[in-house]
Amino acid sequence: MITLKINGLDVSVEKGSTLLEAARFLGFPIPTLCYMDGLSPYGACRLCVVEIGEGAKAKLVSSCTYPSEEGLKVRTASSRVLRARRMILELLLASCPQSKIIQDLAAAHGIRRQRFKQEYEDCILCGLCVRMCEEQMMGKAIGFRGRGENRSIGTPFDIKSDVCRLCGGCMYVCPACQLRCTYNEPEKAICGACANLSPPCVEKEQFNDMMCYMDPCVACEIKKDK
Amino acid sequence: MAANTGTQSAEDIDSKDILRILEKHTEDRGGLIAILEEIQAEYGYLPEKSLRIISDKTGRPLVDVYSIATFYRSFSLKPRGKHLIYACLGTACHVRGAPRVVEELKHQLGIEAGETTPDKEFTLETVNCLGACALGPVVVIDGHYFSKVRKSRISQLLEQARNGFGTLEIGKDKRIFPLNVNCPHCNHSLNDDTYDIDGHPSIRVTISSGRKQGWLRLSCLYGSYNFASEFDVSIDSVVSFLCPHCGVLFPSTSDCSVCAAPMVRMLVDGGGILQICSRRGCKNHILDLV
Ligand code: FES
Ligand code: FES
Repeated sequence: MITLKINGLDVSVEKGSTLLEAARFLGFPIPTLCYMDGLSPYGACRLCVVEIGEGAKAKLVSSCTYPSEEGLKVRTASSRVLRARRMILELLLASCPQSKIIQDLAAAHGIRRQRFKQEYEDCILCGLCVRMCEEQMMGKAIGFRGRGENRSIGTPFDIKSDVCRLCGGCMYVCPACQLRCTYNEPEKAICGACANLSPPCVEKEQFNDMMCYMDPCVACEIKKDK
Repeated sequence: MAANTGTQSAEDIDSKDILRILEKHTEDRGGLIAILEEIQAEYGYLPEKSLRIISDKTGRPLVDVYSIATFYRSFSLKPRGKHLIYACLGTACHVRGAPRVVEELKHQLGIEAGETTPDKEFTLETVNCLGACALGPVVVIDGHYFSKVRKSRISQLLEQARNGFGTLEIGKDKRIFPLNVNCPHCNHSLNDDTYDIDGHPSIRVTISSGRKQGWLRLSCLYGSYNFASEFDVSIDSVVSFLCPHCGVLFPSTSDCSVCAAPMVRMLVDGGGILQICSRRGCKNHILDLV
């Protein structure tokens, strides 16, 4: 057990747990976007920032990746933390104003104005889908490509990946679009169900125990109607 | 730059070649970049098929291989032209007018940066600093540095590149002439009046090989290969070159096209860059005068 101070309260938590896990366990809410139970933390969105240390040495860290340390002083809602979070949300909102999840988070944090140019990106590079594919679906069909402003997520060579089982897990976890629909470009699409009109699960019989997140699955619905 | 750069098309890719490269890097996981580098040196780019073979043979997921291949600027997934042009757009070159030079290059080649001309002759890339800021704007064509490049010089440079730089005429008829060479770091002269070779002050540098360090004096006559050194260096070994004044290692930005050892770069007094191969016994060198 490790003892530390969260928001002035002496608490002890399991060794090896992150600050986020500790704070949540004790009931201190911390908003997150790129964190999900069952996936390894990645620290991409910075929404989960908390302040650690004291005085001039105090600094902001992402709680989802920071391990609990003996005697650490953590503040999960200091004014500095709230200011940083609001700025992050405002920027996220500018890059992805159409996302319901980001809109809700922004509203919950009292963001009432939009100072930055809206970009309507369809990806915030949070990496949830990449981790979902690798860690839960054992797929490794998609990953990061390029770097800097050209960084993007997708399949190698932008063509349908051989290891993709069309489980739809990536779209299920995506906070930016919630079911990214690429319509009728089945070559590039991850789903492509509307163009294929055959249920992905039938085609791939060898994975008959696979989990499918395509709900509702266009192809399945059509087949049921017949 | 090797002569076979980018001349092979997708069909010629022999999986055997790639397997041969892979065989050399079996021990460690970290070998991926080395593998990619070798394939790029072989074909001038990374063919899609080669990435698939790497993923197959090394057991790494294709996404990982692909994400590394797209992360680094030095890898290209598209076939590149016979001649590779790097135009510097770094800060120093920028303020000295590099954007105009790049515009002119784009205009004359009819392509954008990062593209290859339809006849597969030239590929234009922009880079952010080549470490020769004092000579900016710098353009590198097939490993040859050109400094203080102006718009008006571009067509001549492209013409030279087409004909190959091997036939580059160095100062009229005089095939042999003395050079004054400076350290690229501290700009001290490397010519040493106290020791003559071929009747001219020698060029003194410090070399180190293994634990040993000592001086090496080269003839300053361009075209002469005479030298003297403090200790014997066995033939074919590669040594590091250091400045005897500031002690800094001479930079190397390209590899010898003959033996693949790093080329050592020095400045020529009056403007220009001299590169010599760091392998004992290899006579490869490149001289680019302004
Ligand atoms: S949840 Fe911690 S950085 Fe995104
Ligand atoms: S800025 Fe061009 S060489 Fe440094």
